[in-house]
Amino acid sequence: MARMKFLCDSDRCIDCNACVTACKNEHEVPWGINRRRVVTINDGMPGERSISMACMHCTDAPCAAVCPVDCFYTTADAVVLHSKDLCIGCGYCFYACPFGAPQYPRVGNFGSRGKMDKCTYCAGGPEADLSEAEYVKYGANRLAEGKLPLCAEMCSTKALLAGDSDMIAQIYKERVIKRGYGSGAWGWRTAYRETVAI
Amino acid sequence: MKTGLTLRAFVLVAAMSLAPLSAPVFAQGTPSGKNPTADSVNEQALFKQNSKITGRISIPDGKAATLEQPQGREWRGFHEGWMPWIGAIAILGMVILLAAFYFTKGRIMLEHNEHSGRKILRFNSFERFTHWMTATCFIILALTGLNYIFGKRLLMPLIGPDAFSTISQWSKYAHNFLAWPFIIGLCFMMAVWMADNIPNRIDWEWMRAGGGFFDGKHPHAGRFNAGQKLVFWIVTLGGLLMSISGIMLLFPFAALDINGMQIFQGIHAVIGVLFIAAMLAHIYIGSLGMEGAYDAMGSGEVDLAWARAHHDLWVEEQQAKTASGPQVPRRPVPAE
Repeated sequence: MARMKFLCDSDRCIDCNACVTACKNEHEVPWGINRRRVVTINDGMPGERSISMACMHCTDAPCAAVCPVDCFYTTADAVVLHSKDLCIGCGYCFYACPFGAPQYPRVGNFGSRGKMDKCTYCAGGPEADLSEAEYVKYGANRLAEGKLPLCAEMCSTKALLAGDSDMIAQIYKERVIKRGYGSGAWGWRTAYRETVAI
Repeated sequence: MKTGLTLRAFVLVAAMSLAPLSAPVFAQGTPSGKNPTADSVNEQALFKQNSKITGRISIPDGKAATLEQPQGREWRGFHEGWMPWIGAIAILGMVILLAAFYFTKGRIMLEHNEHSGRKILRFNSFERFTHWMTATCFIILALTGLNYIFGKRLLMPLIGPDAFSTISQWSKYAHNFLAWPFIIGLCFMMAVWMADNIPNRIDWEWMRAGGGFFDGKHPHAGRFNAGQKLVFWIVTLGGLLMSISGIMLLFPFAALDINGMQIFQGIHAVIGVLFIAAMLAHIYIGSLGMEGAYDAMGSGEVDLAWARAHHDLWVEEQQAKTASGPQVPRRPVPAE
């Protein structure tokens, strides 16, 4: 099976936020929940770069390790998913996640969190593939339809790449060699303890 | 032909006028040109400057501006690596200590001369209400808190993930809601008992006499002896630390950033297990460990002779206050 990853080529990202909008629309993500976001570093200064960030589907994912109810699991494609039936909304995964991926609807008292929501790599959840229950809880399951995550698929500059680790690393490598520069595979070192060697 | 030339000239002029603008990007190597990536940010360089990477975000969620915080992995290392051990050693260590004490020294029994049949009020109903409200909250907070660390390791294998998740969900609600009566109880306890718990010279003497644990003689003590004062201050300081860190966790990111949240969660967890260990000792000595100790917080009344033996200075004080209050003769009085 493939080892699915995201790679954001920040030398191509134009901060258009279409990935964010596509994600929200594809999965009917409620207001206040952002499975994907674009962060601009050194905004307005020379060398400014924007990076589209969501769950990186880490190797040995910290969220899964700290979960007090063990609601996370990793699919055969190395996508990190979780069960909203088991999640209690404690918020630990947000503390552990290096990328700020877990999101919580604010429900009830104080700052109380509802069940966690995060990027599913468009791969749904533990329910039967493409079922109504799966869509309601986790959104579309494009992977089950043989498609890649929508954010990357519709990226107008093809800055955001999704797919098998080796394939997207190869695409990125070729780009960097051809154009002569690249600011690296953001987050890879933290998420996978490795980076794209050029 | 003419139009063609004009157009060509126009394109040329336009290209020339644009050239200075586009030079930094396309004309590498020209003296005025600039390497487009020379100042571009890159991850490794940013991590050298800062422990996390933060930028600008166009959504209202401020914490989303943190692009990467590898400290999450450290927090994970603490929470999954250290915390179960800290908790297990603190709590099991205390249980073993108390068991060893119980099986070697046994219960501390009432002495026969500590029974006069007359009672003195040690804790009034408000004090008892405050104690038990706080204590009940504490026990539930402790169990639901320990569930966050040990639940998946001990309970989940026994009852399965679904039942465990349901229990944990209710545990979370209990933990969040009972925090408030606990905090209120803590404030009440400080209000009613702090004055009697200020350490003084008598406590020093009491400590030097080992509280009478070893020679069986009762050193002088006021309303609270040094050991009880220690419990009071553990509860007060531990409770305040738990309340402050707990409120920070109840209102996530209201006052702290991600690293602040991680640190406060760590403080809450470590102080929590130490607090639980200390309270196990308090529960032991107040129930199983010492005969008659429970009555003070149970009915609120203790035997006057017991009070005179254990809290002689307090009894004198009470008797001086109320001449009509319960008096115990210093030596047996013949019935008239």
